[in-house]
Amino acid sequence: MGLALLGLIWLITFVSTYFFVAKTWWLPPGAAEAAGFIDHQFALTFVLMGIIFVAAQLSLGYFAWRYREHASAAPAQYSHGNGRLEIVWTVLTAILFIGLNLMGSRVWASQRFDPPAADAVKVEVTGMQFAWYFRYPGPDGHFAPTSVKLMDPSAGGEAALGIVTSDPDAKDDIVTGTMYLPVDREIDVSLRSVDVIHSFFVPSLRFKQDTVPGLNIHMHFRPTVIGEYEIACAELCGLGHYKMHGMVHVVSQEDFDKWLAAREAEKQ
Amino acid sequence: MATPATIHAHAPQGFIRKYIFSLDHKVIGMQYFFLALTAVFVGMFLSLLMRIHMVWPAAVLPLVGEIKPETYLSLLTMHGTIMVFFVLTTAPQGGFGNYFLPIQIGAPDMAFPVLNMLSFWTTFVAFVVIIAAFFVTGGAPLHGWTGYPPLSAVQSAGPGEGLGADLWITSIAIFCIASLMGALNFITTTLDLRAKGMSLMRMPLTVWSWFITAILGLLAFGVLLSAGILLLMDRNLGTSFYVPLIVVNGQVLGHKGGSPLLWQHLFWFFGHPEVYIAILPGMGVTSQILSTFSRKPIFGYKAMVYAMLSIGLFGFMVWGHHMFMSGMSPYSAFAFSILTMCIGVPSAIKTFNWLGTMHKGRIRFQTPMLYAIGFVSLFVSGGLSGPFLAQPVLDIQLHDTYFVVGHFHLIMGVAAIFGIFAATYYWFPKMFGRMMNETLGRIHFFITLAGTYAIFMPMHYLGMAGQTRRYSQFTEVAYQAKLIPLQTFITYAAIITISAQLIFVINLFWSMFKGPKASDNPWQSTTLEWTTATPPPHDNFGGVTPVVNHGPYEYAVPGAPRDYVMQTDPVSASAH
Repeated sequence: MGLALLGLIWLITFVSTYFFVAKTWWLPPGAAEAAGFIDHQFALTFVLMGIIFVAAQLSLGYFAWRYREHASAAPAQYSHGNGRLEIVWTVLTAILFIGLNLMGSRVWASQRFDPPAADAVKVEVTGMQFAWYFRYPGPDGHFAPTSVKLMDPSAGGEAALGIVTSDPDAKDDIVTGTMYLPVDREIDVSLRSVDVIHSFFVPSLRFKQDTVPGLNIHMHFRPTVIGEYEIACAELCGLGHYKMHGMVHVVSQEDFDKWLAAREAEKQ
Repeated sequence: MATPATIHAHAPQGFIRKYIFSLDHKVIGMQYFFLALTAVFVGMFLSLLMRIHMVWPAAVLPLVGEIKPETYLSLLTMHGTIMVFFVLTTAPQGGFGNYFLPIQIGAPDMAFPVLNMLSFWTTFVAFVVIIAAFFVTGGAPLHGWTGYPPLSAVQSAGPGEGLGADLWITSIAIFCIASLMGALNFITTTLDLRAKGMSLMRMPLTVWSWFITAILGLLAFGVLLSAGILLLMDRNLGTSFYVPLIVVNGQVLGHKGGSPLLWQHLFWFFGHPEVYIAILPGMGVTSQILSTFSRKPIFGYKAMVYAMLSIGLFGFMVWGHHMFMSGMSPYSAFAFSILTMCIGVPSAIKTFNWLGTMHKGRIRFQTPMLYAIGFVSLFVSGGLSGPFLAQPVLDIQLHDTYFVVGHFHLIMGVAAIFGIFAATYYWFPKMFGRMMNETLGRIHFFITLAGTYAIFMPMHYLGMAGQTRRYSQFTEVAYQAKLIPLQTFITYAAIITISAQLIFVINLFWSMFKGPKASDNPWQSTTLEWTTATPPPHDNFGGVTPVVNHGPYEYAVPGAPRDYVMQTDPVSASAH
C-alpha cells in the first residue's frame, strides 16, 4: 500500500510538473511594457513554489513507503517534535513569502500611483451588458460629460454611452467598438461601467481591471508590440458574459493617426 | 437549571424525540452529516451538468434536456453556494464536530442541547429554501456564489434574479443564524464542559480545530448576515446600499449613491474566514489520523495549536486579496498582500509537522490514513498556488481565471472533502458500530485522488493561458476556443471521478447494516471517544465521568505496556 501511494503521488507530481516546465500551456506572449517584469516575477514564483511542491510531494510519497509497517520495520520513534526545526522552518518560509511579495510591488505601484506621462493617449473604456465601448477625446483632449438619462444601449455607439451631445467637448469625441492604440505610447485609460460590474481583461497586455458602476478608475500602460489582442470580460456580468468579447488593435503611430482622422472625418 | 447531565439522565423514548427533534449531540451530528451528504450529491450533480454543458453544449441529457447558458450560470451559482455552505461548513463542523467534540473533551453533551437542535433545524430550513430557488419562476439566480451587486441586487439584470435570487439570499441569511447558534454552543462547550484533567493543551487537535472554527464562525457569519439583509433591502425595499445610479436594459433604475464595493468588503470579510472554517476541521482530523496511524505522537503539538490560532487570526485580515482587481484603493493591496503571504507561514508549518509526524513512524494504511495523506498532498498543491494569487501583479493575469478555480477547489474544496472522507472512514465504526469495507475504501481513495488531480491541476494551465471563469461557452473568444480540448479532458476526468463516489455511497450504506461489528477501539487510538462503548451510550460515558491523565497523542511511549497510552489511562501507564 505504501508503494502504491508513493507511485501515485510521485506520478502526479511528475506529470503536473512536466506540463508546467514544458510550458505546454503558458501565459500568452506579452505585448506591453509591464509584461517583462510580470512574467519574470511569475517565473520566479513558479520556480520557488515548484521546488517546494516537488520536495513536499516526493517526501510525502517517500515517507509513506519508507515508514510503512511491516514485520522488520523499526519501532516508531517517540518524539513530540523539534522546537529548533520549527523555528528554522518558520523563519525561512516567512522570508521567502514576504520577500517575494515585496519584489512584486514595484510594477503594481508604477501603473497605479505614478501619474501617466504628459503625452499619454487618453482612452475611456466603458463596459455594459454585453459590449465594450471605447471613447477617444479627439483633438481637444477633453471627454464630454455623459448622462445616465441619455443612455440607450440598444442604439449603440455614442447613444449607448449617453454622451451629452450639446456639450462643446462632444463634437470631436469618437466612440468605437474596437480599441485602437498606438504602439510604444503610454495609454491613459479610464474605466467605467453603466450597469453591473465587468472586468476589462487583455491577457496579452497583462492588463485586467474591473469596471465598476459609479467609479471612474484610471490606469496607464504601454503596449510594445503591434498586433491584435483579444479582450475577454473577466467578471460575471450576466447571461452574455461569455460573449462579452472585444479586440485591441495595437498599430503604429502613423496608422493610429490615420485611423483616428478617418473616424473624425466620418463624424463630421 | 437543567444541566446537560440531568437532561441526559434518561434517554428519550419516542421516535420523534429520539431521532427527529433530538437533543442528543450525537443524533444531531448525524443529522448534519446526512444533510451534508444529500447536499454534496446535489452539488456534485450540478457540477457534472456544468462540465457536460461546457464542452458539449448541444447535448440533450435525459431528464434534464438541453442546458442553456442561463441554466449554466444558475448551476454554477447553486453549485458554489450549496457546496460552501451546506457541505464544507456543515459536514466537518456541524456533523463531526457535533458528534465528537463533547465526547473528546469528556462531556455528556453540548452546553446548550436545545440550541443545538435549533441550529440543525434552522440549517435544514435554509437548505429547503435554497433548493426551492430551482423551482420558482425564472429559476435559480445566475450571479455566482459571491453574488456581486449590482448584478445580484437588480431584478432585471438577468434570468433568475427575481424570486430565485431572493430565496438564495434568504437561505444564506437563515444559514448564518444557524451557524451563529452552533458557534456559540461549540465555544461554550469547549470552555466549560471539559472533563477533569482535560487542560487546553491536552485537547485533541480536532477539538482545537472545531473550537477555532467556531470562533471564526461567530465573527464571520454575523457580518454576512448583515450584508445579506442589506442586499435583501436593496432588492425589495428600494434602498441603495450597494447600487449606484445605473442603467439596465435601457431603464434608469431608482437607486443612487450605493457602493458595489461595500458588498465585496462585507462578503469577503466573511468569505475568507469561511475558507478556514471549511479547512481547519480537516487539518484537525488529518493531524489526529496521521498520528494514530503512524503510531507516533504528533510532531509539534504546540506549534500546531499556535499555527491554527494564527491562521484564524490572520484569516480576518486578508479579505482584500479577493479584490485586487475590484477598483479598491491600490495602496491597500500592499497590506492585504503582505498579510496573505504571512498566512502562508503557519500553513507551511502544519505541512512540515505532518511530514514530521510520518517520519520515523510505523505507518498503517487503513482507509482513514490514505485520506489523511491525500489531504496533505492536496493541501500542499492547493496551498502553493496561493503565493501566486497573493501577489497583486500576478493576480492581474490570474484573477477570475481557471487558475483561481483550480486553486480554491484543491485547497478548500477537495482537501476539505478529503478531510470529511478521512473523518468518515475513521469515525464510522464509533458512530454506527460497524466497520467500513477496506477494499472498497482503497479503490475509492485511489480513483478519487488521481481523478481530483486530473480535474483540478489542468485548470491551473488553463488559467495561465487566460481562460476566464464562469463562461458557459469558450467558442466566442478565439484564444479560449483553443483550450477546449483540455476542458474536454477535465470533463472526462470529472465524469469518472464523480461516478467513483458511488463506491463510497455503497460502502457507507452497506457497512451501516452489514459491515463487521466494530470493537470499542478498532484503530488503537488514544482519545476519549475510543474509551467508551461503540456506539456511545446516550450520556456518552455510561454514567462515568472520565478523568484525563495524558496528552492526546501518546503513541510508541517507551516503557508503556502497549504502543499507545489512552488519555484516561492511569498515570503509571507512562513516564509522561
